[in-house]
Amino acid sequence: MITKFKDKVAETLETPLMSEGITSLQVNLGYSCNMACKHCHVGAGPGRSEEMNKDTIDIVLDSVRKYDIRTLDITGGAPELNPHFIYLVKEAKKTGCHIIARSNLTIFFEKGFERIPEFYQENNIEITASLPYYLDSGVDRVRGAGTFHRSIEALKLLNSLGYGNGSGGRRLNLVYNPSGIFLAPAQDCLEEEYRRELTSRYGIVFSRLFVFSNMPVGRFRTHLEKTGALERYLKTLEDSFNPSTLDGLMCRHLVSVGWDGALYDCDFNQALDLHIEAPYPSHIRDFDRELLGRREIRLGDHCYGCTAGQGST
Amino acid sequence: MTEYYKAEDLDRFGEMGKGNPELFRKFMDWYTGALRPGVLNKREKVLIGLAVAHAIQCPYCIDAYTKSCLEEGMNLEHITEAVHVASAVRGGASLIHGIQAHNAIDKLSL
Repeated sequence: MITKFKDKVAETLETPLMSEGITSLQVNLGYSCNMACKHCHVGAGPGRSEEMNKDTIDIVLDSVRKYDIRTLDITGGAPELNPHFIYLVKEAKKTGCHIIARSNLTIFFEKGFERIPEFYQENNIEITASLPYYLDSGVDRVRGAGTFHRSIEALKLLNSLGYGNGSGGRRLNLVYNPSGIFLAPAQDCLEEEYRRELTSRYGIVFSRLFVFSNMPVGRFRTHLEKTGALERYLKTLEDSFNPSTLDGLMCRHLVSVGWDGALYDCDFNQALDLHIEAPYPSHIRDFDRELLGRREIRLGDHCYGCTAGQGST
Repeated sequence: MTEYYKAEDLDRFGEMGKGNPELFRKFMDWYTGALRPGVLNKREKVLIGLAVAHAIQCPYCIDAYTKSCLEEGMNLEHITEAVHVASAVRGGASLIHGIQAHNAIDKLSL
């Protein structure tokens, strides 16, 4: 048995975990994806039909304008698959907010999406892309055959457009996550290794590497349950609890908008359908930056995933 | 004998303190100190641990250090190369003793 995360936080902070104000809005455009990765916490894939409609996107845009949101973080599934993706980016851009797109990279090679890299470049979109390792072994096993090779080609293409080389401010971040039931390494050490290996092997450059642990949510949780490893993994996460990560937790600085407009503390709570509860707004149509910026965060034992080691945020 | 080594027994390592707590405490202090990053970083130390685990063929150590290597950002390729180094050194250690055999032959031969 592990200590409830809520109790661990109370013991550490002596208060509940509270938002510290909203600097960023994370918008999930739906669960449709051209891939079906084994670790995906929202269980995205080609068979998923949930997607944010244009009415909801317009309400998101209204909130961005009304509350002068400075960062819009767009995710999915593959967010590019949403038919209103281009519209959202163009309209949000007019407000002057900074836009981050979480891309799986392989979408660039799907029919009808070949222009996406140039679209990102033209609109100066920051790209945060999955690349779970700098060698092909492991990546294709977790993300599907041919993924690693296509990802490398996509990164070369983005580099040729000025991404990741420090010029023009076009930021290209990569995301590592473990390809199995073990914790993530230290971010700084692995970033150095990614930089060295990707440059020497493929001539690829990038801005930052983010190292995330696998959350015991979605497909990864199913795998843990199937293999009888759930309890041990949760215990490992608890044993690696690092109190210094609590200050920077993403849930304290953003609100996550689900494809149907429901509001969550983060994308993981969204995957578990743990929406923000009364007295705080629970839908984007009722968005209130000030009120949501002093809400109590809804916690679960999966939250240990964000506080293990150096943290995942 | 397939049940001789049980994975869950690794979690019982602390029970070795029962017979002599003082010696076990000293061992744990030493072990923890030896694994703490120094002029060698953690990554280098767990890789040495993995290689030694294979050289001494300790199933608990192999499981534990394989996981540690993965948690330090290494993968199948790194681990396989390290096992080859351990195996090659071990193989070399046998082979160099062939000289002892040759010496013995020399002593016994006319």
